[in-house]
Amino acid sequence: MKFQKIYTLVLLLGLALNAFAQNPKAESGLFALTNATIETVTNGTIENGTLIIQDGLIAELGTDISIPEGAKTIDCTGLTLYPGMIDGGTRLGLSEIGSVPETNDYSDVGGINPQLKALTAVNPNSVAIPVTRTNGVTTVLTMPSGGLFPGTSALINLHGYTPKQMYADFEGIKLQFPRAGKRGRRDRRTPEEVEKEYKKSIKELDDFWTKAVDYAKIDSATGKARYIPELIALLPVVRKEAPLMVEVNAAKDIMKAIKWVEDKGINVIFTGVDEGWRVADSLAAAKIPVITGPVLTNPSRSSDRYDRPYANAGLMLKAGVKVAIRTADTENVRNLPFNAGFAAAYGMGKEEALKAVTIVPAEIFGVADKLGSLEKGKVANLFAADGDPFETKTQVKYLFIGGWKIPLVNRHTQLYDEFLERDPGVKK
Amino acid sequence: MKKYSLLIVSLFLSLAAFAQVKKGSVLIKNGTVITITNGILENTDVLIEDGIISKIGKDLKAKKEMKTIDATGQFVMPGIIDAHSHIALTTVNEWTSPVTADVWVGDALDPLDINIYQALAGGVTISHAMHGSANVIGGQNETIKHRWGVTDPELIRMEGAPRTIKCALGENPTRVHGRGFRVRPGSRMGVEEVFRESFSLALEYQEAWKKYEADKASGVRSLAPEYNYRLQTLVDVIEGEVMIHCHSYRADEILMLMNVCKDFGIDKICFQHVNEGFKVAPELAEFGAMASVFADWWAYKFEVYYSTAFNAAILSKNGVITSINSDSGELIRHLYHEAGKTQRYGGLTDEEALKLITINPAIQLGIDKKVGSLEEGKQGDVVIFNAHPLSVYAIPQKTLVDGVVYFDIENDADDMRIFADPEQVVEEPVFANDHDHDSCMEGAEQAFQFLFMGKSK
Repeated sequence: MKFQKIYTLVLLLGLALNAFAQNPKAESGLFALTNATIETVTNGTIENGTLIIQDGLIAELGTDISIPEGAKTIDCTGLTLYPGMIDGGTRLGLSEIGSVPETNDYSDVGGINPQLKALTAVNPNSVAIPVTRTNGVTTVLTMPSGGLFPGTSALINLHGYTPKQMYADFEGIKLQFPRAGKRGRRDRRTPEEVEKEYKKSIKELDDFWTKAVDYAKIDSATGKARYIPELIALLPVVRKEAPLMVEVNAAKDIMKAIKWVEDKGINVIFTGVDEGWRVADSLAAAKIPVITGPVLTNPSRSSDRYDRPYANAGLMLKAGVKVAIRTADTENVRNLPFNAGFAAAYGMGKEEALKAVTIVPAEIFGVADKLGSLEKGKVANLFAADGDPFETKTQVKYLFIGGWKIPLVNRHTQLYDEFLERDPGVKK
Repeated sequence: MKKYSLLIVSLFLSLAAFAQVKKGSVLIKNGTVITITNGILENTDVLIEDGIISKIGKDLKAKKEMKTIDATGQFVMPGIIDAHSHIALTTVNEWTSPVTADVWVGDALDPLDINIYQALAGGVTISHAMHGSANVIGGQNETIKHRWGVTDPELIRMEGAPRTIKCALGENPTRVHGRGFRVRPGSRMGVEEVFRESFSLALEYQEAWKKYEADKASGVRSLAPEYNYRLQTLVDVIEGEVMIHCHSYRADEILMLMNVCKDFGIDKICFQHVNEGFKVAPELAEFGAMASVFADWWAYKFEVYYSTAFNAAILSKNGVITSINSDSGELIRHLYHEAGKTQRYGGLTDEEALKLITINPAIQLGIDKKVGSLEEGKQGDVVIFNAHPLSVYAIPQKTLVDGVVYFDIENDADDMRIFADPEQVVEEPVFANDHDHDSCMEGAEQAFQFLFMGKSK
C-alpha cells in the first residue's frame, strides 16, 4: 500500500516535471520533405519536389529523388520550401529588454572598440530568438553599436546552446561613419556644437586609421608588434582580408564615406544607407554592397516623398547596387519578411526582395557556399510555408536550422495556448 | 448690447469655422467595396454627396459636375482609424503633476505636421491625438480628421467626437513621479491610490456644487464653491461625459483600474496598449472594457516582456472590442499591415482583422455612428487600395476625408509640406534606426533628463 503511494507520487512528480518542461527540443536526423514546391532562389522553382536533409545539410533535392531508408518523411503537399531568411543587421541576442540597461550588451565604454565581439555576448537563450525564427528567419547578423568603432558584428544561426554552435562563419568590424548634422529630432545640440563634434570625430577616425596602417606595417616588418588590441583587431581590414562594415545613412555622409573608402582602398559593406536612393548611381559606381533597412520607417526628411523608405532598396537595385535588407531590430526581427514585402511592393519586385533576404546577404557575408539558397550541399536552413512568406496571412509549418527540425513554439505561442481559452474563466 | 454683439460675433465665428471644413461630392465606381458591417460588395459604387455617403449600390449615376473615381479592380474600404497616436501635436506631455486632467492636447494641435499626410498615404483618416503617459491622470485628448492642407488647428478637429482623457498605469508614471519627483506614485499601489484620491475629491467637489445648486433652487443664498477645472473634469469622467483611455500593460493593474471604476460607477473605459490584456480577457469582456493594442510590440521595457503578438486575437475571441493602434508616426502609416498580423498570430478572418482598424476603434472613440464602416448616412471617409488591404503588397491609391481626396498616389508630389521654414537652408535628415517605441513619453523624457540628470541630449 505504502509502496503504491510512493509509486503514485513519483509518477505524478514525473508528469508535473514533464508539464513544466520549458521548450520542446529540436529533432535531428534524416528527413525527406516530399511533394513540395521548392523555391531554390538560385535555380528556379521545383514543382512537386523532394528535399533530403542529412547530417545537417541538404543532401538532395529535385523531382526524381529516392527517399533514403530510415528517413522521416514529411508530406509537404500544398507547402512551399524556402531557404531560411537572413537578416543583415540586428541586435538579436545582445539585448533582452530595451529599457533595462542590465540586459543590454551591445555597447561598451569608449568610442573605439573594434576588438569587442558581439559573438561573446550573444545569449543563445534569449526569448526573442524562438520568436524570430518561427517566422522563417534562420540567420541574423547581430551588431554592436555606439561610438566610432562599436565592435565586431557576428553572423549567427538561430539555434544552438552556445554562441560557437550558432556562429555562421562571418564576423565584421563595424564603423559608425561620422555624421554631419544632427542625430535626430531629439538632438538638442547647436549647429556650432554639431559641426565641432563632427570635425572631431572625422579627425579621430583619420588619426586612428593612420595608426592602424602604421601598426600593420610594423607588424608585417617585425612579425609581432606590441599588444594593442584595437589595432590588432583592425589588421585584417587594413590588409583587405576582411570587409569593414560602415554604418552610414545621410546622402552627404554616404558620398563622404565612398571617398574615404576609395582613399583607403579597403573592402567595405555599407549598412543603413537610408538615403541611398539619393546617391544610388555613386554607390553603384563604387561597387559597394549595401545592407539597407529598416524598410518600415519614416522618410528621413519631412520634405521627402512619403514612400522613399519603402522604395529605397528597389531604387538602389535599379541603379545597379547589390542590396540586402535588414530590420535593424531586436525583439521584432520576425518582421524581416514584411520589410521585404514592402520593398517588393514599392518597386523591388517579389523575386528580388526574396533574394535580398536570402542569397544576397549570404554573398555579401561570403557564406553563399553554405547559406542563402536551396542547393545540394548547403546547410539545411529552410522552412515550409503554406503561401508567400512575406504575406501576414501565411503560416510557417516546418522549420529546419542546420538540419535540426525546430519546434514552432515560442513564448508568444505558449501564452496563446495557455490564455486563448483561460481556465478558470471569470467564475472561480 | 455689448453682450449680444459678442454673442453674434462668436456665433458668426463658430459658423465660419464650421463652414470652412471642406466637404466633397464624388462617385467611386466599380470597386470591391469592403463595407465592414455589411459584407463585401463586388462591382459596387459608392456615392458621396457633400461629405456624406448617400448611396451604395450598382450602376449609380454621378450628378452633374460630380467627380468620378474608377475603382475597377480595386478595393474600397472605410478610412482607417488609429485609436492611439501622438501625431499633429506640438507637445505631448504635461508631466508636472501626477494628475493633470485640466490640460487638453486640443490646445496643442499642429495641422502642419507632415505625419498627417504620411498617415493619409497609409489610408488613415482619423486618429486619436492623445496626451502622454507620464501621469496617472493625464490631459484630455482630441479626435482629429486628417484634413491635410489646412493651417487652422480648429479645422482638423472631428466635430461631435466625444471627450476622452488619458490615464496611465505602471512604469511611466512611477518613473516620472515616484523616482523623479519623489512624489506618489512610486509603485503600482500608489497608482491606485492616486486614482481613488482624485475621484474621491471629485465626488466631494460634485457634492459641494450639488448643494449650492439645491440651495439656489430653494432660494437659500450661499457662496458658490471655487471653480476647479481639474476636479470638474474628473466629475465629468465619473458622470460618463469623458471616456477614460488608459495606457496599461500588466494584467494586475488592468484589474485594479476596473475595480476602481466599479467603485466610482465609471463604465466607459478603453485600455490602451494593454499588452497583458490577454491574461484577463474574460474580466475585460465581463466589465465591457475595450482594448486597443499593438500588433507585435513587446520587450522594449520590462512591463511588456511577458507579452504575445496573439494578444489581439485572444481578446477578440474572448469578446472584447479590440483595435490595433500605432502610438507612432511610423506604424500609423501601415495599420492595415499591422491588422494583417493578427492572421499570422491567431488566424483572424479578413473581416475580424479589418474591424480592428475601422469600426472597433470608431466604437472606442464613440464615433461609430459617423464613421468606421461604409454605410449610407455615414461620413465619406474612404481609402482605395490596389489589392486586398490585408496583403503586404497592397498600396493605398486614394484617401478621402468627408468626400475630399487628400491623398492621391497619381498626384503625390515629392514634397507635400504645407509649410517650409524659410530660415532653414538645408533640412536635417532624421534617421530612426532606433524605433520610437512608446512615443507616449515624448516631451517628458527629455524634460526629465534635462531636469534630473543634467543632460540636454
